[in-house]
Amino acid sequence: MLIIGEKLSIIAKRVREAMMSKDKGPIQEIAKRQADEGSGMIDANIGPAEDGGEDLMEWMVTTIQEAVQLPVCLDTTNIQALEAGLKVHNNEWGRPMINSTSNDPERFPILELAGKYSALVIGLTVGKGGLPADAEERSAIAAEIMARAMEYGVPLEDLYLDPLVLQIATSQDHAVHVIEAIKMFQEMNDPPMKTVVGLSNISNGCPKELRPILNKYYFALLQDAGLTAAIADAHEMGEVMKEKDMILDVMNGKTIDDEKKMIEIQKTLDVIMGRTLYAHSYLEM
Amino acid sequence: MAFTPPKESYSGKVFPVEAGTGDGAVSLGGENVLPFHAFEGEIPNKPLVAYEIQDVPPADWPDEVKSQYEGVSDDPVKWAKHCIDELGAKAIALRLVGTHPDGANRSADDASKTVKDVLDAINVPLIIMGSNHAEKDSEVLVKASETAKDKNCIIGKAQEANYKTIAAAAMANNHKLIAMSELDINLSKQLNILITQMGFDNARIITDPMSSALGYGLEYTYSVMERIRLAALTQNDTTMQPPMMADVGMYVWKIKETQAPESDLPDWGSLKERGIAWEAVTASSLLLAGAELLVMRHPEAVKTVNSFVEELS
Repeated sequence: MLIIGEKLSIIAKRVREAMMSKDKGPIQEIAKRQADEGSGMIDANIGPAEDGGEDLMEWMVTTIQEAVQLPVCLDTTNIQALEAGLKVHNNEWGRPMINSTSNDPERFPILELAGKYSALVIGLTVGKGGLPADAEERSAIAAEIMARAMEYGVPLEDLYLDPLVLQIATSQDHAVHVIEAIKMFQEMNDPPMKTVVGLSNISNGCPKELRPILNKYYFALLQDAGLTAAIADAHEMGEVMKEKDMILDVMNGKTIDDEKKMIEIQKTLDVIMGRTLYAHSYLEM
Repeated sequence: MAFTPPKESYSGKVFPVEAGTGDGAVSLGGENVLPFHAFEGEIPNKPLVAYEIQDVPPADWPDEVKSQYEGVSDDPVKWAKHCIDELGAKAIALRLVGTHPDGANRSADDASKTVKDVLDAINVPLIIMGSNHAEKDSEVLVKASETAKDKNCIIGKAQEANYKTIAAAAMANNHKLIAMSELDINLSKQLNILITQMGFDNARIITDPMSSALGYGLEYTYSVMERIRLAALTQNDTTMQPPMMADVGMYVWKIKETQAPESDLPDWGSLKERGIAWEAVTASSLLLAGAELLVMRHPEAVKTVNSFVEELS
C-alpha cells in the first residue's frame, strides 16, 4: 500500500502561510515527519493556484525533495503549474504523480503531460456533470478515462483510478459505493487497475474526535477491497497497520478481548456499510 | 396457481404516541409497516390532521384561506371551537406566531394566557408551536409548557439551537415534543439523540424533518421522511422511530401558486381550486412518505386528505 502523505495542503493555515511567504521550514518539517511515519510519496496541494502557480509548484517540489528522498504528488488544476513542477521533479527517488485528470475534457491535457513526463496520474471518476451516483457509474467513467489515457499514450499501469470518497455525514450511501468501485476497477484490466482514494474526506464535517476513527476503519475496509494507494495521514495509517488483525477479526464476526474497541469497530463498520444511519453521536448509541 | 402477493416484514416499529387527555385523547403512530401497507402488518392509528390556528389574526394568509375563518380568526378560542364544532377537527395546532420579535412581539405571558384560554375551551389534543424564532421560542414555549402542565400537549419546535430548554420544559410538564431539523436525515437523527441524552424518552418525540410545498422542495422532504421511516422499520433504529409531523399549511399558503390571481395567470386555472389542490396534494404526498401528523389550513383540503386516508386504509 502506497501512502501519499496528505498534510501539505493549502487548506491548512500553517502550510498556506509557509507557501505564501516561501518559508521552507514548516514545509520541510511536515514532509520529513510524513516520510518518517511511512509515506511513500508526498502530496503537494497548492489549490487552483491561478496566480504564480508555476513558481509555487516548482518551489514546493524542490523544497520537499531537498528534505526527503521521495517522489511528489502534484496536486493542482493549473496545468502550467503541473508542468513547472514536473520539470524540476527529481525522478531518482521515484516517478512523480499528477492529481488529477477526470472525464472532464478540460482535464484531458493533463494526460498529455503525464505521457510527456512519464508521470503517474490519478483519474478521478467524475465527468463534467454531477457526481457519480453509484459504483456502476464510477466504473463507466473509469472506462472512459482508461480509453482516453491510451489515446494519449499513458500506460494503464501508470493510471490510478480514484472513485471519489464523499463525506459520510452527508452522503452516507457513497461510503459503500466507493468500496464497491475499488473492487470493480480492479476487474477492468489485467493486470488489475491501480486505485487511489483521498481518504480523509470520508470524515470531513464529522466531530474532531470521530475523524481518525472513521478514517482508520474505512481505510481497513478499502485495503481489504484491494486499494493500491491512499492520500492520507501516514500516522493514522500506521495505527491501522497495528490494529489490522483486530479490525479483520471484528469484520469477520469474531470477538476480541478489548470490548470497548470491539464496539467502536462494530459501530463504525455498521455506519460505513450503511447498516445504521450516521449521526455525529453514533458511537454513543 | 394462485397468486400470492409478496409481503415484506420489518424489524422495527413506530412508537405509538398519545396526545390530549380523557375522551379527547388521540393516538398516532404505532405501525410496523410502511404507510398504508396494512396488508403487511399493523396500523393501529390513522394519520391525524390538526387545524392550524394562530394567536393573532392571520394577516399574511391568502384571502382564499383567510376567508374560511372570517368572523372567528380574530379570537383563538372562537377559531379553535369553530374548527372543532363546525369542521370536525380532531386536533388543533396553535401557532404563537404573534410572539415573533419582528411581528407583534407578544410576551411569553400573553402567549401562555392564549394557550390557557384555548385549552379551557377544547377537548381535543393541542399542538403548541412557537414563531420559529429560536431564542424567543425557548422563552415562549417554556412558559406555555408550564401553563399547559399535564394536558399532554405536543410542543415545539425544538431545534438544535434551543432544544435543551424546550425539551426540559416538555419533560417537566408531561408533554410530547416536536424535534425539528432542517431537511437533513443525519441531523434529524442527531437531534433526537441529543434530546434523549437529556433523559427525554424518545417515545415522546415527534420528528419534524421540515416540510416544503409541492414545487418548492417537496421531494427533499419526501426523501428524508422516507429514509427516516426505512431506518425505523428495516434497521430497527430506535432514534428514528418517533412518528413524523408535516407542517404543510404554512409552506403551501405562501407560494405563488396559491396566491397568483387568475387575471394574471389565466392558464393556471381557478385560484380557489388551485390553492386547495396544492395543499391537499402536498399533504397526501407526505402521508405516503410516512407523516402521521399533519398541520393544515384549508377545510376543503383537509376534507380531501381525510377521504384519501379513508380510501387507503
